[in-house]
Amino acid sequence: MNEGLLIDIIIGISIASVPLIFAAIGELVVERSGVLNLGVEGMMIVGALLGFVVQFHTGNSYLAVLAAVFGGMVIASIFAFLTQFLLTNQVATGLALTLFGLGFSAFVGRAYTEETIQLIASSNIPLLSDIPLVGPLLFSYNPLVYLAFFMVYLVWWFLFKTKQGLILRAIGDNHDAAHAIGHNVIRYRLLAILFGGAMAGIGGAFLSLVQVPIWGEDMTAGRGWIALGLVVFSSWQPFRVILGAILFGGITILQLHAQGFDIRISAQYLSMLPYLATIVILVSLRMGAKNKTNRTMPNCLGRIFHSTT
Amino acid sequence: MSNIRLTGILKLSLLSAVLAFTSNVFADPVKAAFVYIGPTGDHGWTYAHHVGVNHLKEVMGDDVIVTEVESVAENSDSERVITSLARKNDIVFTTSFGYMNPTIKVAARYPDIKFEHATGYKQADNVSTYQAKFYEGRHVLGKVAGLMTETNVIGWIASFPIPEVIRDINSAFLAARSVNPDVQMKIVWVSTWYDPGKEADAASALIAQGADVLFQHTDSTAAMTIAEEKGIYAMGQASDMQVYGPNSQLTGIVNHWGPYYVERVQAVLDGTWTSTDTLRGIDEGMIQFSPMRNMPDEVKLTAEMAILDLEFGDVDPFTGPINRQDGSAWLAEGETASIGDLMSMMFYVEGIESKFPD
Repeated sequence: MNEGLLIDIIIGISIASVPLIFAAIGELVVERSGVLNLGVEGMMIVGALLGFVVQFHTGNSYLAVLAAVFGGMVIASIFAFLTQFLLTNQVATGLALTLFGLGFSAFVGRAYTEETIQLIASSNIPLLSDIPLVGPLLFSYNPLVYLAFFMVYLVWWFLFKTKQGLILRAIGDNHDAAHAIGHNVIRYRLLAILFGGAMAGIGGAFLSLVQVPIWGEDMTAGRGWIALGLVVFSSWQPFRVILGAILFGGITILQLHAQGFDIRISAQYLSMLPYLATIVILVSLRMGAKNKTNRTMPNCLGRIFHSTT
Repeated sequence: MSNIRLTGILKLSLLSAVLAFTSNVFADPVKAAFVYIGPTGDHGWTYAHHVGVNHLKEVMGDDVIVTEVESVAENSDSERVITSLARKNDIVFTTSFGYMNPTIKVAARYPDIKFEHATGYKQADNVSTYQAKFYEGRHVLGKVAGLMTETNVIGWIASFPIPEVIRDINSAFLAARSVNPDVQMKIVWVSTWYDPGKEADAASALIAQGADVLFQHTDSTAAMTIAEEKGIYAMGQASDMQVYGPNSQLTGIVNHWGPYYVERVQAVLDGTWTSTDTLRGIDEGMIQFSPMRNMPDEVKLTAEMAILDLEFGDVDPFTGPINRQDGSAWLAEGETASIGDLMSMMFYVEGIESKFPD
C-alpha cells in the first residue's frame, strides 16, 4: 500500500464521518437537554436540499451553508413548537418530522435532480498543505471538516465549562428540579432543538455540497439514524462522537478499499459492527446504571415537561 | 395519473386515497401500476422506467390510468404495496429483482390480476417476466473501456451479487479483454441500489486504486460526478448521464421500456394478455446507447461495429471458449450460453482476479 493511497483512504474516512459528526453533535446537545428528536434524518435532508439549491442559484458556498443551517432550524422549530408548547409525544413527532422532511425535500427538489454544482473547493492552507504527508492529511480539507471537529470541541466546552451548559445538563437530568430553582426549561430546550436542527442541516449540506455535487431524493440514506445511534454510542460525551463517527465512516470506506485489494471480509458483518458496538454500549450503560455512579443518559430524555406552577 | 413519492405508512394511506379518487373517473381504461425501487429522480434505473411509463401514457392516452409508487424497499414493505396495488389495478409492473418473491406471492392471491416482474426468473399463469439484454450493452461498453483505459484498470461499482449483475461484469470483462489483453477489473460491492454518498465513496476508492474507467450497476449519478471531478472516464447507467459528466461519460446503456409497456397494456385492453418470458436486446430496441463522446473516432467505430454485430446476431457476447474463474471449462469453442445459463450465472469468468463475493 503506497503513501498516496493511504492518504486517500484517510481523507475518504474523514469525509464519510463529517456528516455524522455534525448531525450527532447537534442531537447530543438536544438529548442532553432531555429532548429526544428522532427527526434528524428529516432535518439533514432538508439541509442537503437547501444547501444545494442555494449553491446552484448563487454559487456562493457561504450562503449555501447558511441556507442549510436555516433549513435544519426551520424543520427543528416545527418539532420544538409541537413538543414544547403542544406537549406532543416526542418519538411520534420526531418520526413524523423525518417522514415530512423526506417527502417535502423530494417534492421541492424535483426541479433540481438534473443539475450539478461545483464542489466546494478544499481549503489547501498555504505552506502547511505543502508539507509531505502531514500537509494533505491535516491541512487540505474542506473548511467544513475543520468546523465539524471544532463544533465538537465547542459543545464539550459549552456543556462542561460554562454555567449555561451546566444548567442545560441539569434540565436534562431533572427538569422539575431545574424549574423549581427558577431555570427556564422550555427556553433552554428550544435553543437546544434549534441548535440540533442547524447541525443536522450542515451535516446534510456536507453530503450534497462536498461529498457528491448532486441533489438526490433520500440521499441521506439513513445517516440521520446512524447519527442517533452515535449519540447513544458516545454515551452523551462529545468527544466520543468523533470516535464513533470515524468508526462508522471508517468501516464503510475501509470495506470499499479492502474489496479493491481482494481482502474479503463479509460486507454484511462489517456493516453490522458499529450497530453491534452501539448495542453493547447501551447494555453496558444499563448495567452500569445499577450502581448509580456511572449514569450518563439524561434522566429526563424524552419526557414531557409540563410546568404546574 | 398519480405520481406518489412518500415513505412508509404515509405511502399506503395516500396511495389508497389517490386510487379511490382515480378509480371511478373512467369506465374502460386499463389500470396499470408501477412499483419502483428508487425515486424517479435518480436519473438512472427508476428514471428509465418512468420515461417508459410516460411513453405509455402518451401512446395510450385515455386508455390507461397509471399509478407509480417510488422508493419501495425490497422487504415486507414491497409486499404490502404490491397487494394494495393489486386490489385496484388490472396490471402491476414490479421493476426490481428483489420484488420477485413478493410478486409471486401476491399474484397467487389475486389470480385475475396480471403481474409483470422485471429482471426476475419466476413466472406464473398471471406473472410475466421481462428483461433487457443488458449484457449486450455491457459488451459494447466493455470494448470502449478496454480501448480507453490507460492504467488498464477498469473499476466496477456493483450493487448485489445476483445473476444480472454478475452477467454484466463478465460480459464487459470479456469484451474489454478482447481488445486489450492487459486489462484488469476491480469490483467493489456497495450492498445498495441507491445511496449517492456511498456510490461516490466507492468511486473515489476505485480511482484511488488506479481505475480510470468506471462502470456502475447502481442507480444514482454520483459516480459520474466523481469521475468528472477527478478527470477520468465513466459509463452512464440506465439513462443518459451526460449532464453530470460532460467530459467523463464515454457512452452508456439507455434502457428503453416504453414500447414493451405499450404492448403489454394494449394486450390487457384487448384481452390477449398471456404469461410470457421476454428477453430483448439491441435488435429489438430495448437496449440503446447514449451518444459516444470523449473518445477518438477509431474507438467510436469499434463500438458502432460491435453494436451492429449484436443487432444482426453475428456476435453473442458469451461465445466459447470461455472458462470459469477457477479454470474449469464452461463454454466450448464456438458454443454460446443458453438462456438458462445466463439467468443463473453465479461465477466470474477466467481472467477476473477479484474474488467472487460470498
